[in-house]
Amino acid sequence: MEQKEIELLQLLEKNGRLGTDMIASMLDLTVTEVEEMIEKLERESAILGYSTLINWAKVLEHESVTAMIEVKVTPTRGKGFDQVAERIYRFPEVKALYLMSGGYDLSITLEGQTMMEISRFVSDKLSTLDSVVSTVTHFVLKQYKHDGVIFDDNDDQDKRMMVTP
Amino acid sequence: MIDQSHHYVADHIHQLKPSGIRRFFDLASKLDNVISLGVGEPDFVTPWNVIEASFHSLEQGYTAYTANAGLLELREELRSFLLENYHVSYRAEDQMLITVGASQAIDLAFRAIINPGDEVIVIEPSFVSYAPTIKLAGGEPVAVEATEQFAFKIQPEQIKSAITPKTKAILICSPNNPTGAALNREELTAIAKLAEQHDLIVVSDEIYADLLYDEEFTSFASIPNMIDRTILISGFSKAFAMTGWRLGYAAGPKAIIEAMTKIHQYTIMCAPTMAQHGALEALRNGRDSVQEMKNSYRQRRNYVVKALNEMGLTCHMPGGAFYVFPSIKATGMSSEAFAEALLEDQRVAVVPGHVFGNSGEGYIRCSYATSMQQLAEAMKRIKRFVDK
Repeated sequence: MEQKEIELLQLLEKNGRLGTDMIASMLDLTVTEVEEMIEKLERESAILGYSTLINWAKVLEHESVTAMIEVKVTPTRGKGFDQVAERIYRFPEVKALYLMSGGYDLSITLEGQTMMEISRFVSDKLSTLDSVVSTVTHFVLKQYKHDGVIFDDNDDQDKRMMVTP
Repeated sequence: MIDQSHHYVADHIHQLKPSGIRRFFDLASKLDNVISLGVGEPDFVTPWNVIEASFHSLEQGYTAYTANAGLLELREELRSFLLENYHVSYRAEDQMLITVGASQAIDLAFRAIINPGDEVIVIEPSFVSYAPTIKLAGGEPVAVEATEQFAFKIQPEQIKSAITPKTKAILICSPNNPTGAALNREELTAIAKLAEQHDLIVVSDEIYADLLYDEEFTSFASIPNMIDRTILISGFSKAFAMTGWRLGYAAGPKAIIEAMTKIHQYTIMCAPTMAQHGALEALRNGRDSVQEMKNSYRQRRNYVVKALNEMGLTCHMPGGAFYVFPSIKATGMSSEAFAEALLEDQRVAVVPGHVFGNSGEGYIRCSYATSMQQLAEAMKRIKRFVDK
């Protein structure tokens, strides 16, 4: 992949709403070139989607609970971990799923409205899968940083003086 | 009661003009909702590993003085850094000095080499401290003017015609504050020839060396035969976003560094110890952060240069640093009037070019070391101002 494509991806990863005209002048390209580059990257599935990072704690009406679940599983012959992984990631409440090295196999990030909802998912859906041997559920108490962004209103305050040599 | 104490101030300090930047700082600080493009330092915070290393050194109890010339460990690390990146070879033991910012290194350099009445050629527009520092050391700054016609790159003939029997040194800052102009190897070699012919010292302020965007940096000291007549000055402020740590350095011929160290030991003792420990970490593990910041500056530079040119403020593409120096001559205003009206009218702070020397008149310095959102908003406001 050429250097400018990587820079474009880095820019969009940080700010999906950055306009094509702005990107064009930052990367010294024409707007058409940027549009074509984005289309190509979308076609190749290098760009999978555009999302917005939201601090839901700021939205008073919104109650949600996030849990990280460690799962030990028995891999299936011929399919390894992929088959059980698919059984799990198909659930819409599963926000992220990773195969891990170390003491357990799969790491799930799960989002629900209440703790009850999460515990129901673990007991009814997850633990009952044939391949699942055991689970450990950790609830998230506070979010400090997500996707490289620090959740602190004062963090990006400019602490420099107004005019310096 | 009226303060009469100005009577006590020395005459030569009275004669020193206060920096024009100060006035703008006062003006801008009184207003709200100002976007500042007037800041001569990175908008990034120092990389966390550097901050953490400094904490650690304090926890370990490294709170005492270091050697006058700075931690030997730091000078050794710096030695390899300079060799690897700029292909210049200095001995850590007696050819390097850690200072309180590059500013102190500049001060020491001139105090170490200037006899009363010696002349130093300064390429303007330039950083505001050069001329006063030379004067304070008893020297005479002689300005030569880099012009927009040559993309603010000084022409060797201009330097040549400024050389007199009293000329002791030439001061170069490339990439330059405030123009961003950077001299390539060939252009520096032409200056080197003059230095050799006239037996001059070259004080090379390379503080923006790591922020050169389109070509490889050439250290003046790396030009054949120049290492024996160059005082290389740099620091951690710009590339590593460490301005407030006040840590710089000088490297040069043994006798000159020894002379500078002599002044340093009597006036400063040593650079702050915790900052030196931070700098050590910056050199060892901070290179990736510099690269990341540099990429970001390059993108912003491209954006700002295009935006300014589109609104009719002609602006050359600067090779390095984080400044653009657009012409405001088309507006018919002086740079001071332009900057003041822009501040009052649209709340954008820039620095009028004349504070960097007479040849800066007709230009403004805009720093793009600020977030893209702020830059975009600033460009919108400047356009609104220019369109009026």
